[in-house]
Amino acid sequence: MPRQTFILNGKTVTVDVADDVRLLWVLRDRLGVTGPKYGCGINVCKACTSHINGKAFNPCAVPVGKLKPDDEITTIEGLPKQVAKKKRGEHGLHPMQEAWLDRDVPQCGYCQPGQIMAAVALAAKVRREGREITEADLDTIRNICRCGTYTRIREAIVDGAERM
Amino acid sequence: MNTPHPAATPPTPPALGRRSFLGYVLAGTTLVAAADLGLGEAPPARAEIPTPPQVPELYDLNDLLTDAARPTANLITVVIREDGTATFALPRMEVGQGITTSTAMLIAEELDLPLEKVEVTLAPARPELLFNQLTGGSNTTISTYTPIRVAAAVARAALLDAAAIVLGDTVAALVAKGGVITAPDGSSVTYGELAGRAASTTSRAVEVQLKGEADFSVVGTPTNRVDALAAVTGQKDFTTDLQVEGALPTMVCRAPTLNGTPVRIRNKGAVRRMPGVTHVQQVSFGVAVRARTFGQCIDAVRALDVEWRDGPVAGESDATILRRLRSAQLPMPALPDTPLAQTIKGDFTFYFRSNSAMDTNSAIADVRADRATIWAGLKSPVVAQERIAEKLGMSVDQVEVNVVTAGGSFGRRLFFDAALEAAEISQAMGRPVKLMWHRADDARVGRGHPMGTCRVQATVAGQEVLAFNQSLTCVETDFRHGLGEIITAKAADLPAGLGNLGFAETIFALTQEVPYDFGAVTQTLVETDGRFNTGSMRNIYSPDVRVASELVVDQIAARMGLDPYEFRRRFQRNERLLAVLDKVAEVGEWGKRMPAGTAQGIAIHKEYKGVSACLVEIDCRPATTGRRIREAVTGPRVTRVTYAVDVGLVINPRGLEAQMQGGINDGIALALTSSLHLRDGHFLEASWDNYFYTRQWNTPPAVEVVVMPSTEKQPGGAGEAGVAATFAAVACAYARATGTVPTYFPINHKELSFEPKPYVPPIPQSPRNGLDLTS
Repeated sequence: MPRQTFILNGKTVTVDVADDVRLLWVLRDRLGVTGPKYGCGINVCKACTSHINGKAFNPCAVPVGKLKPDDEITTIEGLPKQVAKKKRGEHGLHPMQEAWLDRDVPQCGYCQPGQIMAAVALAAKVRREGREITEADLDTIRNICRCGTYTRIREAIVDGAERM
Repeated sequence: MNTPHPAATPPTPPALGRRSFLGYVLAGTTLVAAADLGLGEAPPARAEIPTPPQVPELYDLNDLLTDAARPTANLITVVIREDGTATFALPRMEVGQGITTSTAMLIAEELDLPLEKVEVTLAPARPELLFNQLTGGSNTTISTYTPIRVAAAVARAALLDAAAIVLGDTVAALVAKGGVITAPDGSSVTYGELAGRAASTTSRAVEVQLKGEADFSVVGTPTNRVDALAAVTGQKDFTTDLQVEGALPTMVCRAPTLNGTPVRIRNKGAVRRMPGVTHVQQVSFGVAVRARTFGQCIDAVRALDVEWRDGPVAGESDATILRRLRSAQLPMPALPDTPLAQTIKGDFTFYFRSNSAMDTNSAIADVRADRATIWAGLKSPVVAQERIAEKLGMSVDQVEVNVVTAGGSFGRRLFFDAALEAAEISQAMGRPVKLMWHRADDARVGRGHPMGTCRVQATVAGQEVLAFNQSLTCVETDFRHGLGEIITAKAADLPAGLGNLGFAETIFALTQEVPYDFGAVTQTLVETDGRFNTGSMRNIYSPDVRVASELVVDQIAARMGLDPYEFRRRFQRNERLLAVLDKVAEVGEWGKRMPAGTAQGIAIHKEYKGVSACLVEIDCRPATTGRRIREAVTGPRVTRVTYAVDVGLVINPRGLEAQMQGGINDGIALALTSSLHLRDGHFLEASWDNYFYTRQWNTPPAVEVVVMPSTEKQPGGAGEAGVAATFAAVACAYARATGTVPTYFPINHKELSFEPKPYVPPIPQSPRNGLDLTS
């Protein structure tokens, strides 16, 4: 059985699993990291959105064998440590998570880890481009929320981006 | 959990007087306070004229659900622990609607305990609760409002009694606040310190007073959800997140026609030898595979070569079902169409829709020779427990059913399809299983909202509406979950669908009304076809009925030369409805000038003891409808929504606002984008890029929800209250913007906006190009 090595939330992990198993199942079924959720398995619903080397991606669409040992995977569980301590909020979380709490975004909560990871990546991308988040940017987000929390998600992204 | 019972039956009726109720202190090593879940006040009946009162005004679905509980004498308990926290196991299901938060608020209020010291969990199936463990009909807060407060008040009274002894003062002199009881001399004792002292060696009945509304400091205050921190950190556990020893990932290969069944597996051995696969098992509804990871389950399901027997709707399509519905329609009454009395008609078709939640159907089952343990998101756990026991050939007490928070429901989890399947699979394999439905199955095979037609006929003379008839004809809505227990569930299961039809007719009669002063009003329901997997979907009949009604209302208004808002005011006979209508007109700027191709639409709704009004603005101009987004439906966009809601007494305004915001997105989806297409015996939709629930590019950039101050003393239902008025307002706005009244919904149903995925294999493979798509 191939040994797969990558960096998960700041720590190097090694797991014995076939190359073709998608990272989502390695995280959830083998490593017990359940923040990234299954919603479709075909990179459509975005409930599993996580980060690879600081950019948003969907582990349901990545065979684990494609990861390099120095690839840094961040799931919602590792998000707070992506910012310096002084940037973390009253719950010790990433500013985007704190904005999510202040605006009481979640309803069932199932899609929210993916929503937050997508929001952080969007805010970072817009910052790299030297501009503010627009309504048009928010319209590009593909993450589905079947509870329909979109209104508060939009408000929280703008708020969280300002805090980042 | 064992349910303690009081030592003696109370000699007096539960309600003793104004805000005075009987509760119990139960024997225990720590303080256990209890109340009868059947406690509650019947709302006053009220009739208005001149349209004779319609059934829901006097007695609605919520009264049925609440009254169904009264004959049972079963207890809910608030337990005070030595760490000073209060715990409560709610016999209802949290699926995102926020009832654990509102329940914690009620307990915090009556106990004078900080909210963070109240822990609300979900009770497992409690068969002794009979009717009273069903989460549906927006009934949770209505039915539990009084008993939860009584139990908390009993706990507070017992803590005060114990404190009086400890502090050497009288109860009347003590002050309870923030989980601490203080005497006039400044000495104090915490709830945690009192928990053991307040415990009782015997069970006894006690009389308590509840706080008056004027004294509320928690109830009515906007409060963030108690489970939000867990949700945003990935720590909130859903069924598939639970780690149960030996319960390996399990998925099912299903037939290429809806509800088809397996005949035989042609390559069982080869699939069994695939990497990670432990079991391949033919079961009654398909072929189950169990593997080390879900990814390996997907591979195995795709590799299976199975001979199938067609399901009951093989060969059917939207068009054949529509013909069947048309032939089942009742004749509408013949009405005069003379210069004095004109008839205005509407005839609308509503296609199948899916209540697929983000969290697909799932369950964990560990079935042994002599017992079974189940974990799943269940809104009717008592029926689930009884049906699973029946399926496994066990007695009910051999089956433990644990209720897990679910990632949405929208009615889906009134049923327990995955739990029943997981139990069958686990028994057949002889191993624990963690069953998860693939999204493709959840969309195609999972329960949905039935297709139907709704005809409306109004008779108008001058400026008066003499009669208003409405007839809904639809594919059967499955109510076989009954009222939460097997007795009524079995009643719904009588031969030839008669039992379920009786349920459907009852629920239709108890929920539907025409909220206008329209003279002679009739509403009828015909259900015709029981072959589909259906159920209630975030509002049962109301969205379709209200859309048909409000579209015709706009036409009557036009015939009379009245503005839609002014017309609705003139024919309104309910003060609360008038208030929400006026509120949205004012806040949403009804009647403002709008560019061609855009318009406002306004609609009202009344259900579950609440009233709501919605005013939307829609943009149907080519620049908007022509937006191109990959794998998406754009189309008209609702650009602004103003929503006013009066549900009665509001427990948590922030939670209520959230429920309305969600319902608004559901209403928009129903009007504009989301439906299932039946073709050749199967639904086509297999992905969120096929089933077009509202996305960020569809959602309104501007949404304002106004929570009305209510004069009502009792809370109403919230979970479904946002859908019907929004759906109707969007339909009316679309008709006004385009000059064309839609005759079917959603308006995009006749354009297929995606390439259907194959049925064999039944589920798609996961892509491999995820690293090329980072952002």
